[in-house]
Amino acid sequence: MPDPAMSAQPKSDPHPLIRMQAIRKSYFSGDIETPVLHGIDLTIERGEFVAIMGQSGSGKSTLMNILGCLDTPTSGTFNLDGAEAAQLSDNDLAAVRNRTIGFVFQGFNLLKRMPLVDNVALPLLYAGVSMREARERAMKKLALTGLGTFGKRLPNQISGGQQQRVAISRALVCDPALILADEPTGNLDTTTSQEIMELFTRLNREQRITILIVTHEPDVARYATRLVRLKDGLVTYDGPVAGAHF
Amino acid sequence: MGIWQVMIEAFRAMGMNRLRAGLTMLGIIIGVGAVVLMLAIGESVRGDINQRITAMGSNLFIVFPGSSTANGVRAGRGAAQTLTQADAQALAGIENVEYSAPIIQQPFQVAAGNNNWNAMVYGVTPEYFSIKAWDTEAGSLFGDIEMRSLSRVAVLGRTTAQNLFGDMNPVGQTVRIRNKPFEVIGVLADKGSDLGGGDQDDAVFVPLATARQQVIRTWFPGSVNLIMVQAARADRMKDVEQDIVQTLRIRHRIREDQEDDFTVRDLSAIAEAAQGIATMLTLLLGAIGSISLVVGGIGIMNIMLVSVTERTREIGIRMAIGAKRRDVLLQFLTEAVVICVCGGAIGIALAYAGGLAVSRFSPLAVEISSFAIAIAFSFSAMVGVFFGFYPARRAAGLKPVEALRYE
Ligand SMILES: Nc1ncnc2c1ncn2[C@@H]1O[C@H](COP(=O)(O)OP(=O)(O)O)[C@@H](O)[C@H]1O
Ligand SMILES: [Mg+2]
Repeated sequence: MPDPAMSAQPKSDPHPLIRMQAIRKSYFSGDIETPVLHGIDLTIERGEFVAIMGQSGSGKSTLMNILGCLDTPTSGTFNLDGAEAAQLSDNDLAAVRNRTIGFVFQGFNLLKRMPLVDNVALPLLYAGVSMREARERAMKKLALTGLGTFGKRLPNQISGGQQQRVAISRALVCDPALILADEPTGNLDTTTSQEIMELFTRLNREQRITILIVTHEPDVARYATRLVRLKDGLVTYDGPVAGAHF
Repeated sequence: MGIWQVMIEAFRAMGMNRLRAGLTMLGIIIGVGAVVLMLAIGESVRGDINQRITAMGSNLFIVFPGSSTANGVRAGRGAAQTLTQADAQALAGIENVEYSAPIIQQPFQVAAGNNNWNAMVYGVTPEYFSIKAWDTEAGSLFGDIEMRSLSRVAVLGRTTAQNLFGDMNPVGQTVRIRNKPFEVIGVLADKGSDLGGGDQDDAVFVPLATARQQVIRTWFPGSVNLIMVQAARADRMKDVEQDIVQTLRIRHRIREDQEDDFTVRDLSAIAEAAQGIATMLTLLLGAIGSISLVVGGIGIMNIMLVSVTERTREIGIRMAIGAKRRDVLLQFLTEAVVICVCGGAIGIALAYAGGLAVSRFSPLAVEISSFAIAIAFSFSAMVGVFFGFYPARRAAGLKPVEALRYE
């Protein structure tokens, strides 16, 4: 588990958290190849807060899935936290998803029939932590996102914004170095979106967690410090959010 | 994730879809119930047959007159056609023969007071009771003294005693056979039915000499209906059988080219055949039960496959937060095993109830052994593993990104 204090590394770190080089990804249906990513170079240091923008279909989710070790690139190298993803076994990848990465989805993706505390505790159980300790730690993370008293409720008994907070608690529960959020505010109204983004900002500032967030909305992207713009599978802008025009 | 946690999740998954879990379980319940009950019934039939065989007497030959030729016609051959009491005595002298008991028999209307009852009357020697290992429950048997003195005494089987005397103690009373009074000196212990289903307790036994002189008409003086021969050792049955045949052929002056005018039947062979049939029956019943268990297992597989498809997204989520393939495999496998083991437990309970019912409403005493329960239990767990494995492997083989995209 990465020590939060260690996450704040200077830019000259020989091992950035993420280094992608010439990443290409094509989908195949039968013999027909649909290229989606055409060679992405991307380096992200620890402690950064990056927004990824781009039109629908530009390949943002595809990129996020590769970053999250849920999918593999067709070619190119992807180094995460000093390890070559291509060389990791299925079990290693599962461990990376479990400990290094926390995923937040647009549709929340909570398990419907499980109480919130168990939803949050689940990654810890896969990490081999005992049920009792996992629940305790899950309750702490729920408290961190402002849902300390909601542990026993089921996902369908709370609002969308609250569900996304639960999902963020779950993403945080193994103290990851990186949070990947694919349109986390896509299903939420403006006020709730702001609350969620403030939460991300707090996590980034206070716990030095690296955050990557995909969004359509400039207002959401402005919470980040760095903007990466994708168009048709290529990076067309990579620089500070301030100064970028939306 | 610990196995305990996986079990809790499996129960939670079952609780989410109770009707489906119940229906799936029903297949296993019926399967396990059928296997356990069928095996228990088969076992009890075998036990019943064994008991009858033991009651019949062990290492036993029955020798009766007439040859058993291929076409089944018993050809008469002059004066030597009948077995005699002297033959029985000769057989008693053969090496390894424990007892030789000549028997004559004829059914009579037996009367006691105002009651009368049709029973088989047997003229036997005391050896008969030794061979059958048959003792009295009241009074005593007759011995050599009664034989020699031509006493008019009788020993009654339970059924006959019951029908003639009801609840009264028959010992000391008088029964009339062919209008001749016989004093009842004993009532035999319950013996039950023989292999053919006939009631062995419906009988009256009198000393052979008395019977011959006063009630039963035989073919000619000294002839007997059959001779029971008991060998001393089970491993000498073949030798004894040969000696019986040799002895009788010499005594009956049968030439080399002539057939026997008697038949020797080895009852232990019949007993073995009966046991073989009982074993076959047990296997057959077990096979029928097993088929329903396999059908139940296929039901499990079917439902698990549906469940894996339905929960594809859940599998994707679990993989995204760190579930290894092994975790997913174990989760679905455990669900299948939990369903099977729960179904197995209920099936065993039902089989137990079924066993009680069969014992109550049929003459069989069906008992579900703890061995059968252990077997059924582990068997149902095995069915769960076997039929759960394929669906579980399908779930574990999903690619995370594809599982997550599933709607
Ligand atoms: N599994 C898939 N098979 C085929 N094509 C896909 C698949 N997933 C995405 N695509 C295509 O790849 C392109 C990029 O998709 P995606 O990464 O989801 O875009 P975004 O998230 O930026 O909207 C789209 O044209 C989409 O149709
Ligand atoms: Mg997308």
